[in-house]
Amino acid sequence: MSTADLGGGAGGAGVPAGAGGPGGGAVGAGGPGARAAGGPGAWAGGPGATAVARAVPDGSGYHPELAIHPGAPVSSWLRFLGSELRLIFGRRRNQALLGVLVALPILIGVALRLQASSAGGGGGGGQGPAFFSQVTDNGVFLALAAITVLLILVLPLAVAVVAGDSIAGEAGLGTLRYLLAVPVGRTRLLFIKYTALVIFGLAACLLVTVVSLATGAALFPVGPVTLLSGTTVPLAAGLLRLLLVTLYVGAAMAAVGAIGIAISTFTEHAIAAMAAILVVVVGSEVADSVSQFAVIHPFLPTHFWLSFDALLRSPVDWASAWHGLASFAAYVIIFGSIAWARFTTADVTS
Amino acid sequence: MSPGGGPDAQPDQISFGGDGDAGGDQKTGPGHRASVWGPLATGHGAGAQGASGQRASGPGASGQGASGQDQRAGLAIATSGLAKRFRSQLAVAGIDLAVPRGAVYGFLGPNGSGKTTTIRMLLGLIEPTSGSHEMLGVPMPGGVNAVLPRVGSLVEGPAFYPQLSGRANLARLDAADRMASRRTAAERIDRALERVGLLAAAGKRFRAYSLGMKQRLAIAGGLLQPRELMILDEPTNGLDPQGTREVRSLIREIAAEGTTIFVSSHLLAEVEQICSHVGVMRAGQLVFEGTLADLRGGGAIRIVVRTPDVAAASGVLAKLGLADVRSADSEVSADLGAELPEVICAELVHAGVPVAGLATPRPSLEDRFVELTGEGFDVNG
Repeated sequence: MSTADLGGGAGGAGVPAGAGGPGGGAVGAGGPGARAAGGPGAWAGGPGATAVARAVPDGSGYHPELAIHPGAPVSSWLRFLGSELRLIFGRRRNQALLGVLVALPILIGVALRLQASSAGGGGGGGQGPAFFSQVTDNGVFLALAAITVLLILVLPLAVAVVAGDSIAGEAGLGTLRYLLAVPVGRTRLLFIKYTALVIFGLAACLLVTVVSLATGAALFPVGPVTLLSGTTVPLAAGLLRLLLVTLYVGAAMAAVGAIGIAISTFTEHAIAAMAAILVVVVGSEVADSVSQFAVIHPFLPTHFWLSFDALLRSPVDWASAWHGLASFAAYVIIFGSIAWARFTTADVTS
Repeated sequence: MSPGGGPDAQPDQISFGGDGDAGGDQKTGPGHRASVWGPLATGHGAGAQGASGQRASGPGASGQGASGQDQRAGLAIATSGLAKRFRSQLAVAGIDLAVPRGAVYGFLGPNGSGKTTTIRMLLGLIEPTSGSHEMLGVPMPGGVNAVLPRVGSLVEGPAFYPQLSGRANLARLDAADRMASRRTAAERIDRALERVGLLAAAGKRFRAYSLGMKQRLAIAGGLLQPRELMILDEPTNGLDPQGTREVRSLIREIAAEGTTIFVSSHLLAEVEQICSHVGVMRAGQLVFEGTLADLRGGGAIRIVVRTPDVAAASGVLAKLGLADVRSADSEVSADLGAELPEVICAELVHAGVPVAGLATPRPSLEDRFVELTGEGFDVNG
């Protein structure tokens, strides 16, 4: 499962198919493959088909039969989502960000391996972020180590870049006015933008997990996983826990995305939006580390990010996990509402 | 809308009666506007003043005949008191547009006179501060989702994703349209590209397009679907003469299919060549609306007398009650008003004024434009 995801992740546009769950297949159909397969084929059959045949004859006039699509609205939503995902995953800048997310776990793994060799194959450093000391004993922990490290800045950065770009980027480019004149529908556009953003965030998290898992397996021994509570579970159960952790972090990124898309509706400068999102994230992390601010800690967007360790206990500390997820959901609802209220009423003058 | 509307509405073919109708003064124009209209309305719009349906007449006037037609049904765009205030600045000061179906409507005005703001309001991009408007008979902005699929638009220059090809950009626009069929997308996109002559460059990145190609791609975006109305904001802005001519002929072609065209421009010559109807904006106000022929004929006609005896000539003209008598070196001019030139000539000769020449030049379209929009293209709008 995870390895399959890696293939999708590396392939860029293929990610949603893996991440989208039940709708995944349909999204995939809307993806790059669809035009190649559906497009030409449909046209080859076109002139012969009755509906199209009526439309084609004069070659320059109206072709209402071609244009009107009585089909399900769902397919039109998926088609636009596919277009949005292609835009996000097709951008060089975003690909570079994903490249960083691939490179960093590999670098961490290699560094730990080199350190372990020079230290004579023993212990593995001891000092450092959580999970680092366990990596040399079990490669699975490289994934947890990488997630912990990248969660501080790099993962939120990737989400902030795409989120800041979402509305502000279209506004700055001027494409927003053309989308609205289509008309795309403001609520629909916002919903699709956010959905694509969540998929991107989840894909980024899965990418980190899969790459670091592969790296860990290549450089270190892999075996039954010793949880934080001290119990050891079989490798498969450990990988399942790892998947849950990844999804949890993906939910945290969805909350960042909601904050980001809300900020993005207030400006037409994508860079300003990205910077503002990062200020929120880093500011929250700083405030979270100052004990004098303890009163507000539970309300900070980043406070529950590292609570994913609740999923690494036996039995799982579901209360903590749900608490974190509830915090993320609150952020999604509040900032989603702000984004909606702002975007559906704002004058588009860009 | 009849497909024949476009050709019918060509300025040269419009009957004078029709002109008067279409140009009929619109009830509550601002004082400013009424004064501009004054001479025209009395000049040859006498019947128009009495016409009950100030707005219904329009272009179709010739074709619609005498039957009392629904006033607004024949209009592609109808606004009433549409206004937009940005903070302290009144960008559009309550305008009443009436764009007849089938017309090629030139929306003229200097830069900053409120044209683009008006277009953005029409398309629901910005919310009017006051007033209301209908497009294709549907009240806006409530009807945005019902109406805009029937409207193609180009707003304030082309805007596309620079990293995508022309074809991919159109595919993106098409994907955004919930009414568009994915099945037919490839063919519709290629057809739109072909119509604007970009098929060969379809795979090129937008970034590498010339300005003219970008402009044409934007028009192609409006042609992905059959449209009843095309709103084109400065479609030839920044194009070379060759590109301008291409866009112009494209607009003519689209109009010939029966699509109503609403094209804004600050270039008079452009409007003159393709438009049947004209609205002129000045500082947020609609100072003229009517057919092109109305605009041409609307200016006050002046009489110019060439004579060595300027003083005597101006005395005679003043005695005849002509307004705005102006003397120059060897020339006297005045508003002709309702006087006949031959009568004035006789009076001059009778008074012993040596008349070296006498003319009643019609104001050029450009004179009219400047008269309406003010000298020097002030950008306060």
